[in-house]
Amino acid sequence: MADRKQPSKLAVWLGVADNPFTRQKTVKFGDASAVNSGRLWSVATVAALLFAWWAVTRWGLLDPIFWPPLDGGLYPWDNPARARPGVVDRFASLVVEGYRNVPLWEHVWTSVRRVLLGVLCGALAGIPLGFAMGLNSVARGLLDPVVEFIRPIPPLALIPLVILWLGIDEAAKTFLLFLAALFIMLIAARAGVSSVRISKVHAAYSLGASKPQVLRYVILPNALPEIFTGLRTSMGVCWGTLVAAELVAADQGVGSMMMVAKNFLQTDVVVIGIILIGVIGFTIEMLMRALEVWLIPWKGKG
Amino acid sequence: MNGLVIDDVSMIFTLPDGGEVHALQNVSLHLEPGELMAVLGPSGCGKTTLLNIIAGFLAPTAGQVHLNGRQVTGPHKERGMVFQQGALFEWMTAAENVGFGPRMGGATRAEIAAKVGHLLDVVALREFADEPVYRLSGGMQQRVALARCLANDPDVILMDEPLGALDALTREKMQGLVLKLWKDTGKTIVLITHSVEEALFLGERLVVMAPRPGRIHKAFALPFADQGVEGDTRAIKIQPDFIATREEILTMIWEMEEEIMGGGNTG
Ligand SMILES: Nc1ncnc2c1ncn2[C@@H]1O[C@H](COP(=O)(O)OP(=O)(O)O)[C@@H](O)[C@H]1O
Ligand SMILES: [Mg+2]
Repeated sequence: MADRKQPSKLAVWLGVADNPFTRQKTVKFGDASAVNSGRLWSVATVAALLFAWWAVTRWGLLDPIFWPPLDGGLYPWDNPARARPGVVDRFASLVVEGYRNVPLWEHVWTSVRRVLLGVLCGALAGIPLGFAMGLNSVARGLLDPVVEFIRPIPPLALIPLVILWLGIDEAAKTFLLFLAALFIMLIAARAGVSSVRISKVHAAYSLGASKPQVLRYVILPNALPEIFTGLRTSMGVCWGTLVAAELVAADQGVGSMMMVAKNFLQTDVVVIGIILIGVIGFTIEMLMRALEVWLIPWKGKG
Repeated sequence: MNGLVIDDVSMIFTLPDGGEVHALQNVSLHLEPGELMAVLGPSGCGKTTLLNIIAGFLAPTAGQVHLNGRQVTGPHKERGMVFQQGALFEWMTAAENVGFGPRMGGATRAEIAAKVGHLLDVVALREFADEPVYRLSGGMQQRVALARCLANDPDVILMDEPLGALDALTREKMQGLVLKLWKDTGKTIVLITHSVEEALFLGERLVVMAPRPGRIHKAFALPFADQGVEGDTRAIKIQPDFIATREEILTMIWEMEEEIMGGGNTG
């Protein structure tokens, strides 16, 4: 066995060599856990996309109105009207000078803050309501028709009504996100309550716990994993909803920046906006996952 | 009357489709304080239902349960319960689980710490006090469950197949621990099991139940639990007496099942 050659760490990381876990398996096709990361191909994908972007810029294959150059200096034409700063330069200037007198980070923070506020309000209202529905038949009866009716409505469909009620200012956006988060949190909290193993509740009562104590020390911690999943989902949904809302009406935020840029045919700003939205959405998801591992280590271990 | 009195208890579950399940029919039992009774029977004969009624989680369709003269109407810390598995609070450490009862009862931090420390010593888990329970093995988890139950100093301890999910070796060790705790604390214990050997080894009294409808088939008085407290587990289990009784009971259960199956076929 000693003559078996060990692949390098790099090869394992890239997924071109079997890692210690997949190495010992002989049946691999059909066993999803035996599939290597294939990171080499991920690297190749990113490189190919960047190269394609570079190439279409270099050879002037695309009208910059439709897709911005990666870098203005690469551009084959001398025509100053068509030469644009390129996404890399534009991004640098957005960071340093901002867009329309508002620094880029402020656009980003405005959007993120709206999401956080909306999710917070939605959680503060939704979790108690979800608990009430999970624990009490009057609350369940009262709320069930409303929840079941609103649940399938995409939050975006509420934008016209919210604009009619609250206009297009900050309150309107917070309210829209609040609604989007409210129902997700309510349903998550209710599911968390229902997921409690009856033997845990029985054990608590047999140990002398009162109803409020069962709620505080058994039902609540037991529901935390589901509540956290709800928070993660709300963040994602609210992020999407907010960007759409900002596209409709706003003076600040990533969505509004893109909408204004569109009016000036600044495709580079639009594309930067799209990339930013993706990166921020991804970052939120990753942060929430890390937070979950840290705060709720018992998840799935009952 | 002192002790645990189960007086002509029947339980009929009504199913959503209107059908009825006679889970228990006219079950009567009396346990003196400090007695250890094992309940044995095939799956579905109403063992868990009986225990849930004693614990106060279920109200019987007919009959009553009294403990020390008071009627059982709901769960109470005078009747502690040890479940098969999955009833520990996985968001708490071993020590927090054990201290749960006293904490809910408003004991001070110092009182809780003293009691928890002592009980963790009793079940030999001192060094695992601050581990979250999901990191403990199955046997350790059941020892935490025992300690958690004892922390409230209940009059009666109800155990629903507490060792059922453990591997054979761990199970044997745990049987010794249960006997020791019983003798040291003098608690009244009702222990459900579907292992004949376990029932024989642990039970001072043994009740064999029959299914459909769930009822008491036979009751025995057994000598082995008292020996087990003193002697060596293995030695007792290979005594001719022990083996003979085990075979007798196994035969009886076989016959009982045959009878029921036969009755079902012809009826
Ligand atoms: N909540 C319930 N509703 C309907 N039937 C039940 C319920 N609980 C138990 N039963 C039925 O009662 C019988 C006895 O169940 P149980 O007490 O769990 O048996 P055991 O613990 O001996 O295996 C079984 O036939 C079971 O299906
Ligand atoms: Mg059972």
